[in-house]
Amino acid sequence: MAKISLFNRPFEIKRIPSFQSIALFTFVGLYGPIIILITYSFNSSASLGVFESFSFQWYVTAWENEKVQEAAFRSLYLAATAATIATIAATMAALATTRTRKFRGMTLIFIIINQPLMIPEIVTAVALLVFFAMIKIATGYTGMMYLIIAHTAFCIPFAYLPIRARLESMDLTLETAGADLYATPWKTFQRITLPMIWPGIIAGYMLAFVISLDDVVISEFVKSAGQETLPTYMLGQLRRFITPETNAIATANIAVSVILVSGFFLLTQRKK
Amino acid sequence: MIENENIKSQDSAEKAAKVEQEAQRKDVRNRWLLSLPALSIIFLAAAGPLGIVIIYSFLTPGDYTGVIWTFSTETWISVVLERDFFDETLGWADAHLSIFWRSIRLSLITTILTAIFGIPTAYFIATRSPRSRNIWLFLITIPFWSNLLVRTYAIQELIRNKGVINNFLQWIGLTNEPIEMMFTDFAVGFGMTYVYLPLMVLPVYASIEKLDFRLVEGAYDLYASRWLCLRRIIVPLVRPGLIAGSILVFIPCLGAYVTPQILGGGNQLMFGNLIALQFGQGKNWPLGAALSITLMVIVMIALVYFVKVSSGENKENG
Amino acid sequence: MTNNNEIINVQNVLKIYKGDTDVYALNDVSLIIEENEFFTLLGPSGCGKTTLLRLIAGFEHPTSGNILLNGDDISLLPPNKRPVNTVFQSYALFPHMTVAGNIAFGLEMLGWTKQEVSKTVEEMLELVKMEELKNRRPSEISGGQQQRVALARALAPKPKVLLLDEPLSALDLKLRKQMQIELKRLQSETGITFVFVTHDQEEALTMSDRIAVMSEGQVLQYGNPREIYHHPENKFVANFIGDSNFLSATVESENAILSDGTKLKLPKSKRSESFGQKSILIRPEHVIMKSISPEKSTFKGKIYNIVYFGTDTHFHLELPTGEDFTIRKQNTPNEGNEFEIGSVVELVIDEDAIQILND
Repeated sequence: MAKISLFNRPFEIKRIPSFQSIALFTFVGLYGPIIILITYSFNSSASLGVFESFSFQWYVTAWENEKVQEAAFRSLYLAATAATIATIAATMAALATTRTRKFRGMTLIFIIINQPLMIPEIVTAVALLVFFAMIKIATGYTGMMYLIIAHTAFCIPFAYLPIRARLESMDLTLETAGADLYATPWKTFQRITLPMIWPGIIAGYMLAFVISLDDVVISEFVKSAGQETLPTYMLGQLRRFITPETNAIATANIAVSVILVSGFFLLTQRKK
Repeated sequence: MIENENIKSQDSAEKAAKVEQEAQRKDVRNRWLLSLPALSIIFLAAAGPLGIVIIYSFLTPGDYTGVIWTFSTETWISVVLERDFFDETLGWADAHLSIFWRSIRLSLITTILTAIFGIPTAYFIATRSPRSRNIWLFLITIPFWSNLLVRTYAIQELIRNKGVINNFLQWIGLTNEPIEMMFTDFAVGFGMTYVYLPLMVLPVYASIEKLDFRLVEGAYDLYASRWLCLRRIIVPLVRPGLIAGSILVFIPCLGAYVTPQILGGGNQLMFGNLIALQFGQGKNWPLGAALSITLMVIVMIALVYFVKVSSGENKENG
Repeated sequence: MTNNNEIINVQNVLKIYKGDTDVYALNDVSLIIEENEFFTLLGPSGCGKTTLLRLIAGFEHPTSGNILLNGDDISLLPPNKRPVNTVFQSYALFPHMTVAGNIAFGLEMLGWTKQEVSKTVEEMLELVKMEELKNRRPSEISGGQQQRVALARALAPKPKVLLLDEPLSALDLKLRKQMQIELKRLQSETGITFVFVTHDQEEALTMSDRIAVMSEGQVLQYGNPREIYHHPENKFVANFIGDSNFLSATVESENAILSDGTKLKLPKSKRSESFGQKSILIRPEHVIMKSISPEKSTFKGKIYNIVYFGTDTHFHLELPTGEDFTIRKQNTPNEGNEFEIGSVVELVIDEDAIQILND
């Protein structure tokens, strides 16, 4: 048996030279900056050079910062509200646009629902700024409604897609069986369809939640004075000065995203 | 008697057809009703306002913010042209044009860079065992789901003067002065590549995953070298994924706002920053509106172009 | 006009699917199904049997024609208003409910009280012998068990008619045979009319009280199994059920004359029915072979192939007319090599074995 060394490896059909190295380098490069960020968020000193000792102090500072608290709560409230409305609207839209022959206007509905995905965020942000400015002048209202509507709008396509996928993969015969067994259309939906697409609905909700939580550009343009969300607060900080607090907030954001997205993956992998 | 029966069967056929039609019409109507909430929200908060933007682009700038409702095409002209301050002649609006050019340039570079790093990565993931493949996919998407700001910030921490790289280089004695990396084209390009990389990997991965490696075997069997194989078999079959990935990177890059702002500062403006400027210091809402429409049109053209190319691919491959 | 026993009356039903070409899934179908019978729709794929079942169930409307249930026209009623239940080919059990939950579903939809529901569910579980598994999910039980749950679920609301869409096709042979007996037992115990769809002619013959043979959207013949087997009216029915020998013959008042002049005596009942050029049918098991006697020149043939099947042996012969002929002979313990390939033998047919076909 010839010794297999780096240079006379057996001919692997799938191997393309250097691809593996580049790939691994990319993974390292992708995670590097983030890991550095996370690491330094636990650094007791404020500098980015020396790692003194492990400390939670920046998290404490961030948590005690009133502005951060306010922004965090506002972000969560906004995400929860927008995701809820978006998921309900998306579920209805998904029911309307799946499992049917193409009816007149179906493509149009599909395009409109996915429109936020196709237009650059800055354009939407600007459009909303302009539109809401008009309303502000007319009514004087400067509450959270603008943000809520704006977030709900771009959350809808994100909730729509997983729900639609789940609906399409559902066995139609089950609903026929329900009708055969004397269920009215509403009862069929309630007892058969809804329980079966529920994982898709949850997945859609989580996706919408993350998207809303992470939004920067639209929130920045739509918000009224003082209505900071966590990302807009961070943006403000980044423009002016960097404090290590920012590291802590950033790490917390990463943690939340990872948890929510892992949940989403688990829900959609289990094709049951 | 027979006549009556014929009429009877015709009647029942007509009646059944009418019932069918009525049921179908009701079904379509119900579907529209169900879609109404989603449609109205999006119309209100996305589609509708765009119409207003178009209108605004034809108005005159107000003194502080907002607009004066006077029709004017000055704004549109000023997108690419500007009046010389002294002799009122029209010349090219250099400031704007250089920003357009920078946006396109940086977006192209970013797309190429993400392709250079993304294709091998996608290939790597697609050639792992089926079980670990999902884990690798998961790993490549996680950074994407953290906030855009966080990722941009991570790069900033890396390249700023008191950042990780400079600190490290000075620590090991390679340099004495920090290397200025922030607020350059390099910073913005680097940042955007980092931020949008997963968007290239995923579609390319989807394409490679569908690749039937028996075709590759066939090629080797027919004496192809590795390079030829790559060029003549693998790349053509993977092109749809490449095109999709390019769209997913190029278009957001064109309209990028956060990343150029943080990493480029006030110097390296891209399209998005220019637009935002008009609603801040620039105090020229109509111009901001016109620029937005311009960006949107460019994006639409790019989308149409990409779609044409990819469906042309489909026709070619049969 | 309605028979007292009649429960389903299908009247001139047409079902047309419009498209680039119009597909006539059902082309003027008329049938009467009687109470408390096991009725089978038999035919190859695409013949329209499942379409007809779906029309009776209410999942689709006929393009024209009527379907009467106990005299009432139900053609346009939605399925949840018809006292008719279906056992689906894929079982269509609700995956997120237990076995008991599945069985209870129809009853809950009908608004039965909790006691009525649980009592009936228990009865049904006993009936299909699934009591122990009542809290399992469909994914946790075997295919045969799922099928029984599907049955129980459809029987629980005590429908007037039970429709079964090829329910046994997914089961292996042994289980199939068991379930055939089970189904027959269930039908006679419950007294509910069963309408059964299958493409397996053996299944149809063994289980049914009456069979309707369908092809290309039409009912070619319907009656009890014996009628269908022994007196098929046309080539398709004859061919679809059992093995057949078709011979070309000219039919006269007392004889059928083959193309080589051989005269075959017609059974008394068939004489003077119709004359002229016809196909006649002779089943392979109705013919006996004898060593040829040199004087008599009646019906003879030459063996060119012998296939051994364990229980019987098939002999493939060529007739002087040039047509093929198959004979099935049951094997006896002491087999001699009475007939070999190449032998010419005399064929003895009982005159009642000859059937004149209409096409």
